[in-house]
Amino acid sequence: MAISGPSEKNAKQPGAAYEFISNTEDKRRHTFAVIVDNEPGVLARVIGLFSGRGYNIESLTVSTVTEDESTSRINIVTIGTAMVIEQIKAQLERLVPVHNVHDLTIEGPHVEKELALVKVKATDHQRRESLRIADIYKARVADTTLESFVFLIDGEAEKVDSFIEMMRALGEVEVARSGVVAISRGSTITPV
Amino acid sequence: MSTDAISGAEIVIKALADQGVDVVFGYPGGAVLPIYDALFKQNHIRHILVRHEQGAVHAAEGYARSTGKPGVVLVTSGPGATNAVTGLTDALLDSIPLVCLTGQVPTHLIGNDAFQECDTTGITRPCTKHNYLVKRVDDLEKTMHEAFYVATSGRPGPVVIDIPKDVQFASHDYQGKTNGHHKTYRPQVKADHARIEEAVELLMNAKKPVIYAGGGVINSGPAASQLLTDFVRMTNFPVTLTLMGLGAFPAQDPQFLGMLGMHGTYEANWAMHDCDVMLCLGARFDDRITGRVDAFAPNSKKIHIDIDPSSINKNVRVDLPIVADAAHAMEDLIKVWKSKHKKPSEAALAAWWKQIEEWRSKDCLAYDPEGETIKPQHAIKRLYELTKDRDPLITTEVGQHQMWAAQYFQFEKPNRWMTSGGLGTMGYGMPAAIGAQLAHPEKLVIDIAGEASILMNIQEMSTAVQYRLPVKVFVLNNQYMGMVRQWQELLHGSRYSESYSEALPDFLKLAEAYGWKGVRVTDPADLDAGIQEMIDHDGPVFCEIAVDQSENCYPMIPSGAAHNEMLLGPVQEGEEAIDEKGKVLV
Ligand SMILES: Cc1cc2nc3c(=O)[nH]c(=O)nc-3n(C[C@H](O)[C@H](O)[C@H](O)COP(=O)(O)OP(=O)(O)OC[C@H]3O[C@@H](n4cnc5c(N)ncnc54)[C@H](O)[C@@H]3O)c2cc1C
Ligand SMILES: Cc1ncc(C[n+]2csc(CCOP(=O)(O)OP(=O)(O)O)c2C)c(N)n1
Ligand SMILES: [Mg+2]
Repeated sequence: MAISGPSEKNAKQPGAAYEFISNTEDKRRHTFAVIVDNEPGVLARVIGLFSGRGYNIESLTVSTVTEDESTSRINIVTIGTAMVIEQIKAQLERLVPVHNVHDLTIEGPHVEKELALVKVKATDHQRRESLRIADIYKARVADTTLESFVFLIDGEAEKVDSFIEMMRALGEVEVARSGVVAISRGSTITPV
Repeated sequence: MSTDAISGAEIVIKALADQGVDVVFGYPGGAVLPIYDALFKQNHIRHILVRHEQGAVHAAEGYARSTGKPGVVLVTSGPGATNAVTGLTDALLDSIPLVCLTGQVPTHLIGNDAFQECDTTGITRPCTKHNYLVKRVDDLEKTMHEAFYVATSGRPGPVVIDIPKDVQFASHDYQGKTNGHHKTYRPQVKADHARIEEAVELLMNAKKPVIYAGGGVINSGPAASQLLTDFVRMTNFPVTLTLMGLGAFPAQDPQFLGMLGMHGTYEANWAMHDCDVMLCLGARFDDRITGRVDAFAPNSKKIHIDIDPSSINKNVRVDLPIVADAAHAMEDLIKVWKSKHKKPSEAALAAWWKQIEEWRSKDCLAYDPEGETIKPQHAIKRLYELTKDRDPLITTEVGQHQMWAAQYFQFEKPNRWMTSGGLGTMGYGMPAAIGAQLAHPEKLVIDIAGEASILMNIQEMSTAVQYRLPVKVFVLNNQYMGMVRQWQELLHGSRYSESYSEALPDFLKLAEAYGWKGVRVTDPADLDAGIQEMIDHDGPVFCEIAVDQSENCYPMIPSGAAHNEMLLGPVQEGEEAIDEKGKVLV
């Protein structure tokens, strides 16, 4: 049998033990809610899974959510091709202390919110301007000195982004963001 | 505390006994001394002292793969645990059920860089199916039983239990509740019936079907192999197996196309490429199998039965995923198949078999046995012919010899073949043979090895002597890391950078030094006699076969190439097997 030689697609592949392919498939942003046992090491398992398999973490939040504190909910925002997103769900479900995994982006309408504390150093008219902008964004003042404010803002990530951008224009800022928390719309309660 | 309280170490031993464990492979050290003390005081469980912790894990793998039971390992903290890491990773990639107990420094010292402390759960998290650090003796019994449940259910894998020394000394009562069910971990074993119906529908309408089965069939147990065999015979479909699946279907059966993949047969790979319906059973579309993914079985509908949802749509998109245990799924599939009056088109199947026979007539594994030196393929073939009546257990190291063993040794039944497929760990074979021999004292157990690989766990020769294990090591000495040399020849302009086996020991003297019998064969005329001498000896034998140094392993699908772009050997192709373009592909 004749060797047909490298195909167009792989013409540039150097000799190697593996096929080199660059994936050109579309990537999408997905929000997961992961219900886990609240035990030591569980967060390390989840994070290790993402770093070890090369998945992206855009944002990650974690907190216990049951009365007895026995379970935690991890919210993860990630980006990947359809196949990678499916893998992420299957890999998370495979972890022993994981109860269940919800791809909120696929499961239906859901609410996604973020909270940020934004400190801005501002004097004179920048002070007044920052208060005016905070008002437009419905941010509240959480702390103040004569040279600064700390604003508390919540809402969709884009809204928080744009508020921070505005504040940057007015003075030096420091930001603490919570990362995304998300929940499905409607009356259905996600079992833990 | 009740009056029946016993020590943590004794709880460990009781739990092992209640799990039916008869052998533990291990190596002592400070952080596990209480457990060794408890071992000393009982006689249900046999401890096998290895010579390196990596050997303990591979031995446990050989034990597990040859019996279907979980293998158990006991090592100390720090270096004991880190030495076990390669074996744990090996078991994870090949889905081998293991429970590995590691000692840890006392809880109050954890995190203090104490003597022989390492973050065992941190280090082993990515190379185990699950792991535990037991900080309270109250949790010890439950954790022990849960670990066995996790290691053996669903897709099997290695589980580590890290036990601080103070927990081993602490006392608690023992309940004896071996039911280790987990509150959340419940793998699905039964298939969705509608999908089985769909699968039967697809297979009934197939004109060019192929069954591609793998290690999952072995994991599922001998019943799965039997059901697969029944189904293949009932349908007259062709079947191919992965390296990990060898033995799941009888190799002598005419419906067997041989192994598929990078070093698979011409007929198996072409059948995969041209099929219209593929049934994948307990295999994971590994990159050694698929070659170029976008050219993999391009015109086929793919059915994938696997117990692990993460194996599905990982590398290749399939049309009909079925999450289930292989045996359960095959049982249902056969039931539904038999209930149908319709049968696949006989004419189409006959034409398909005719095509397959044409591919088969290429005789892709033919080699030229003549010459001054022994051909490695021939050595394996003769080993097979001279031992097949004894239903031997075969382990391997990693390299060309491993591929030749897969190609030329024929396996009629599951659990006879133990090889490091996923991780490709040189040094796996001899300890694995020791583990298999322990589980099967009456069987002939042979490690087919390369002269480079065997040196990676050579110290285990002592273990075989200590426990009077008559394992055979059959070394194909080609004076090269042959697999590396082959790639360098085909791909790096024959610049054999560091792949020559320089300064090898005199293996006959080595055998003698360890108390083994040594055999060396250099003349092709002496091959059969050498093999016979090896198998006739009631004790461990190191048999070194000097083979042709320049032989390459064919067929070969270069990486990044499709199944129909396979390279064949000189017998099929003439000397110039690979042109310049082909070399770029490797
Ligand atoms: C030098 C070298 C060359 C190699 N060349 C080849 C080659 O040419 N051909 C080849 O085939 N391999 C080759 N391999 C091996 C290869 O790397 C993979 O290890 C192998 O192909 C994987 O086999 P598998 O797909 O059967 O999966 P395994 O690794 O055995 O995985 C088993 C699959 O079955 C599933 N499973 C487990 N239990 C069950 C159950 N009870 N029921 C249902 N499903 C279950 C698992 O979830 C998994 O998806 C080579 C290795 C080396 C070191
Ligand atoms: C621990 C480890 N290191 C390196 C490799 C890479 N490797 C794969 S095959 C091979 C050569 C094996 O040589 P030998 O045991 O003589 O077998 P042969 O190929 O000659 O039959 C090497 C170095 C490996 N698989 N495992
Ligand atoms: Mg060699």
